[in-house]
Amino acid sequence: METPALLGPSLALSGILFSIGVLGVLLRRNAIILFMCIELMLNAVNLAFIAFARLHGSDGQVIVFFVMTVAAAEAAVGLAIMLALFRHNQSLDLQDINLLHG
Amino acid sequence: MSLSQLAAEGSGAGAALGPFWLTVALPLAGFAINGLLALYRPQAKGIVSVVGPGVVLAAFGVAVMAFLRLQAPGAEPFGEVTLWHWMLAGDLHLDLAFRLDRLSAVLLLVVTGVGGLIHLFSIGYMKADPGYARYFAYLNLFVAFMLVLVLGASMPVLFIGWEGVGLCSYLLIGFWFDVEANANAGMKAFLMNRIGDFGFLVAMFITWHAFGTLDFLQIAEQAPGRLEAGGGVVTAITLFMFLGCVGKSAQIPLYTWLPDAMAGPTPVSALIHAATMVTAGVYLVARASVLFAMAPLTSTVVAGVGALTALFAATIGLRQNDIKKVLAYSTVSQLGYMFLAVGSGAYVAGIFHLVTHAFFKALLFLGSGSVIHAMHHAYHATHRHEDAQDMRNMGGLRRWMPWTSTLMWIATLAIAGIPLFAGFFSKDEILAAAFSRGADVRWFYLFYGFAAVAALLTAIYMARLMAMTFHGQNRTGEAEQGHLHEAPWIMTGPLMVLGVLSAVGGAINLPAFLGRHGWLEGWLEPVLEGARQFVKVEHPHGSTEWILIGAAVAIGVVGLFLGFSRTMASTIVPAREAVESTGVARLLEKRYFVDEIYDAVFVRPIQWFSRVVLWKVVDQALVDGIAVRGSARLLEGFGWLGSRLQTGQVGLYLLLFVAGAVWVLGFMLGV
Repeated sequence: METPALLGPSLALSGILFSIGVLGVLLRRNAIILFMCIELMLNAVNLAFIAFARLHGSDGQVIVFFVMTVAAAEAAVGLAIMLALFRHNQSLDLQDINLLHG
Repeated sequence: MSLSQLAAEGSGAGAALGPFWLTVALPLAGFAINGLLALYRPQAKGIVSVVGPGVVLAAFGVAVMAFLRLQAPGAEPFGEVTLWHWMLAGDLHLDLAFRLDRLSAVLLLVVTGVGGLIHLFSIGYMKADPGYARYFAYLNLFVAFMLVLVLGASMPVLFIGWEGVGLCSYLLIGFWFDVEANANAGMKAFLMNRIGDFGFLVAMFITWHAFGTLDFLQIAEQAPGRLEAGGGVVTAITLFMFLGCVGKSAQIPLYTWLPDAMAGPTPVSALIHAATMVTAGVYLVARASVLFAMAPLTSTVVAGVGALTALFAATIGLRQNDIKKVLAYSTVSQLGYMFLAVGSGAYVAGIFHLVTHAFFKALLFLGSGSVIHAMHHAYHATHRHEDAQDMRNMGGLRRWMPWTSTLMWIATLAIAGIPLFAGFFSKDEILAAAFSRGADVRWFYLFYGFAAVAALLTAIYMARLMAMTFHGQNRTGEAEQGHLHEAPWIMTGPLMVLGVLSAVGGAINLPAFLGRHGWLEGWLEPVLEGARQFVKVEHPHGSTEWILIGAAVAIGVVGLFLGFSRTMASTIVPAREAVESTGVARLLEKRYFVDEIYDAVFVRPIQWFSRVVLWKVVDQALVDGIAVRGSARLLEGFGWLGSRLQTGQVGLYLLLFVAGAVWVLGFMLGV
């Protein structure tokens, strides 16, 4: 099978987006930003799936729908937790969220 | 399954001898009844007085019937009853079986007969004791176990009885356990017997290995074919077995528990620590006579230990002041004679002396019990705290206790070996056997010498005991003299029966020179003929025999005379005014300091080792410190390390998560 055009740039973009997401998760302290970075990583992976779907058939596109469903659910649960956290702490700084340490 | 069905399961030979297993069952039932009464109705002394002695006397009746059937012409050589299969494991088929043969019949009669008399005596002796029911429960249990020991058809069944009598001995030595010394004496007896029991167990293991059976009859039949006479296996079996006998029968070096066992009530000393239990070792040697006859080395050891013990204990008996202690050392010494006999191959003489000794020693102990009873009452009446057992506080008691005095004199003449009294015949036979064995093994001449000197000392210390107790001036005290009295008839009655037996008991085995073949010799012939193939004791004949007898008689008479006259000539002061003696007398009074030596050599090092090494090092440092607390500490440390990771910082968790993900990814990609 012929390698589709735009596969290389798509994967490169996916890698760049994923790395930005990882760095954001590791470096930023604000929980909302962190959350957005996770979404960014998920979407970077989605992009990679779409790109590979051109090569290997539509399985990748199916998986993307699953990822989006999970991401939506995660967003709902995660945002609810953050809301509760903010009410409790008046802050969403990760360094303030340290009640559960040994 | 009912008892009668159980009994019917036994072989036909058992049925022919009647239900002799009842001799065990009856005292056991007595134990159950008296035990329950002791727990729930300790004041019901009337029932206890009937049940306690009653079951033993009934057992004696059963024993007599079984004996009569056994000696009837054409009777089976033995009867057997299998109660149930005890252990079935691999090749091991072990039945709980009793076997009554001619040897066990003799013991059966002695145990139930003398035991019954002692039970009767105890009614009077223990009358005022609050533990009356408990006492008879233990005593009944003892008789039951002793009969298991005597009737056991195999080594393990005998061992049940062996341990059982040890238990009862412990319980009865510490009967008055509110005094710490009594409880300690019980423990001492129990622990020293453990050393011997170890030997018995090892002997049992080797026997099983060598024979594949533990039944005495099968062992006796197979031994000549399977084992080499004088070989290592049979020597090992018999030596270990003898170690068991040394513990149970209080021989050197394990004899020290017996004098301490006098802490128990005096009838107990008479029954357990003189007449029956302590002779179990002699019985065991006779029971396994084939093995011992096949091991000349062991036999020499047995005879040597016996002779040495006879002499050693007799010397200690010379200087004891406690009337029961004298009798205790006398028992150790007489048991030594029995071992000298069986070691010489004269198994009949050993059993003969066992029987006569049971008569006269039981009489002596019960007599001393009657004396102590009177002394105790006298001191009790005047509220004085003096030692009721110390002979220095007695003297001249013949005036108040003519019966006891006369009967104890009979026993004294018997133990000293004065002609025609029971002890004369049995002791003479032992001395003759030891002497004649000297022709084969020179050592036996030395053993004969020991035994002869011990006979002299026996006569001396017994005469001293009688003189100090019953003759001379009374030293009890002016006020107490009015309260001294003869024991009641329930106590003197059994004494009279034993007195008769001590006087004429020798008739069961009259020597050849009196023109009759010894009855016991012929009676035990079938049981002991296996041993005859290996050891045959030639009775000395002609002038040698008469010289030996003359020497024995002279020794007895001279000893009695010396002991009596010297004690009467010396001035004895009551115990509270006595001064410490010096020199040899002190050495003997303190029993050669053997207890102190054992204490220094064994007890203290073991206690030190237990305290310093086992407790502090092994238990506290190793087990508690390293094993228990150490493992907890280790896990706690790991937990601490893990808890350091849990900072609560989500950032760190995420970093670790990513690092983990990268690591797993790298792993999967095979980097």
